Amino acid sequence: MKQSIFTIKSNTNIAPNTYKMVLAGDTSAITVSGQFINIKIEGLFLRRPLSVCDYDGESFTVLYKTVGKGTDILKDMKPGEKLDVLTGLGNGFDTSVSGDRPLLIGGGAGISPMYRLAKDLISEGKKPEVILGFNKKEEIFFEDEFKALGITVYISTVDGSYGTKGFVSDVIKNLSGYTYFFTCGPEPMLKAVSDVTDTSGQLSFEARMGCGFGACMGCSCETKYGTKRICKDGPVLRKEEVIW
Amino acid sequence: MVNTKVNLSGLCLDNPVIPASGTFGYGYEFAELYDINILGSFSFKGTTREPRFGNPTPRIADCTSGLINSVGLQNPGVEKVISEELPKLRKVFHKPVIANVSGFSIDDYAYSCEKLDKEEQVGILEVNVSCPNVHHGGMSFGTVPEAAAEVTRAVKAVTTKPVFIKLTPNVTDIVSIAKACEEAGADGISLINTMLGMRIDLKTGKPVVANKKGGFSGPAVFPVAVRMVYEVYEAVNIPIIGVGGISSAENVIEMMMAGATAVEVGAANLVNPYACRDIVENLPAVMEKYNIKDLNDIIGGAH
Repeated sequence: MKQSIFTIKSNTNIAPNTYKMVLAGDTSAITVSGQFINIKIEGLFLRRPLSVCDYDGESFTVLYKTVGKGTDILKDMKPGEKLDVLTGLGNGFDTSVSGDRPLLIGGGAGISPMYRLAKDLISEGKKPEVILGFNKKEEIFFEDEFKALGITVYISTVDGSYGTKGFVSDVIKNLSGYTYFFTCGPEPMLKAVSDVTDTSGQLSFEARMGCGFGACMGCSCETKYGTKRICKDGPVLRKEEVIW
Repeated sequence: MVNTKVNLSGLCLDNPVIPASGTFGYGYEFAELYDINILGSFSFKGTTREPRFGNPTPRIADCTSGLINSVGLQNPGVEKVISEELPKLRKVFHKPVIANVSGFSIDDYAYSCEKLDKEEQVGILEVNVSCPNVHHGGMSFGTVPEAAAEVTRAVKAVTTKPVFIKLTPNVTDIVSIAKACEEAGADGISLINTMLGMRIDLKTGKPVVANKKGGFSGPAVFPVAVRMVYEVYEAVNIPIIGVGGISSAENVIEMMMAGATAVEVGAANLVNPYACRDIVENLPAVMEKYNIKDLNDIIGGAH
């Protein structure tokens, strides 16, 4: 974990209520896909956690939906403005157990960490496929970015206006041969994915956090392997340990 | 050179800055960031006789200048705290620590305190009769003078180290409770624990935290804490640890002027993990700014 000041490089509206922000600064604490950062927003007491979409030596990217006060303030911030950020939080994904053909499943803002994960898996010589879930066609984002990685992208929309009608789980039902899964999204989606997949996998959970680094026990959950803090022992949990 | 050393019931602290229980775990997370031995001491996560998962989630609600928590005393139980956490804590912190203890019966308090009293690294026992997040025990012992006195007597009977009773602000007369604890043999008073609060999510129309109510803390409660420390200081002759919304060296000085011998820093740690380090580092310069040569000279100075 590292606390440092970042400068906003860009903050773009990429879909209704959905934004992509690139922040420049010391990214050395970010070491693995699936980790998150915690942003101090002027006027709010607690920091706001967001998962990392991608990173390099000088900047990182987050994708976020405007869901409340914090993200509403964030969306109006301009390039050049500065933010106090805790980086390198959480355990992240473990790609060593994925096999050759892992399935990546992202829903809504949960699509964010799937992007860097896909890049990492590709660089490890694996052939990931990705499923992105949305409510309707207008809300789709990052389809092109994933396609640009040269991987197969499946889309589901609840209203059927694009791709498979229904949920990500409806796409998974018709797939076979995948070796593992990684997923991030709303909890009902995580459960559906866990139920419908026939392999092991890792799930990244969202939680209402206090500190984001394991001190306050605000986001604890019970697992089959004991009590875990989503922020410190997670946000990624293994399918086998989750108690629904 | 200014003097930041204070004497808390015979315990010589390098400075009066103590992270508050429940905001600092057992210190490990912070020891990764800085040498926590610069702290006066720290009060580790509230300990109960049996292991507790705590309350359902969500347990946290953001507020203006503070937060509500309803963690509910999640901890591995006193036996495991002694066998697993304290040996690890010893590796990162080499000074005496404050053992924060909670219970659901008089017997619980005595049982856990007696065990922790025997631990070499425990310098002070801080008995929490003020947790707002448990339905039986906890705060109910801290809202009636006689009940607080009874816990104090029971703990004092089985321990040798200084016993501080941590009081709740959710009472009509905190002075009478503090006095009852002093008369029952308490060596000191910590105040305040969190204030009962609630937030409602406008989208769902329901309370934000699963337990509905929770403890409100943060800079917003600082003036309440200062007032209560001031009042209790006038009524008792035992030392006070001032707690509630402290987030700067200036706050430390103000709290000491109200009557605190040492202070605990809580919510600030959750937002700025370096909060306590920053306060310790800034303290000498702020003392010089106000012509304070020795912190001991200002304790209760506002009276």
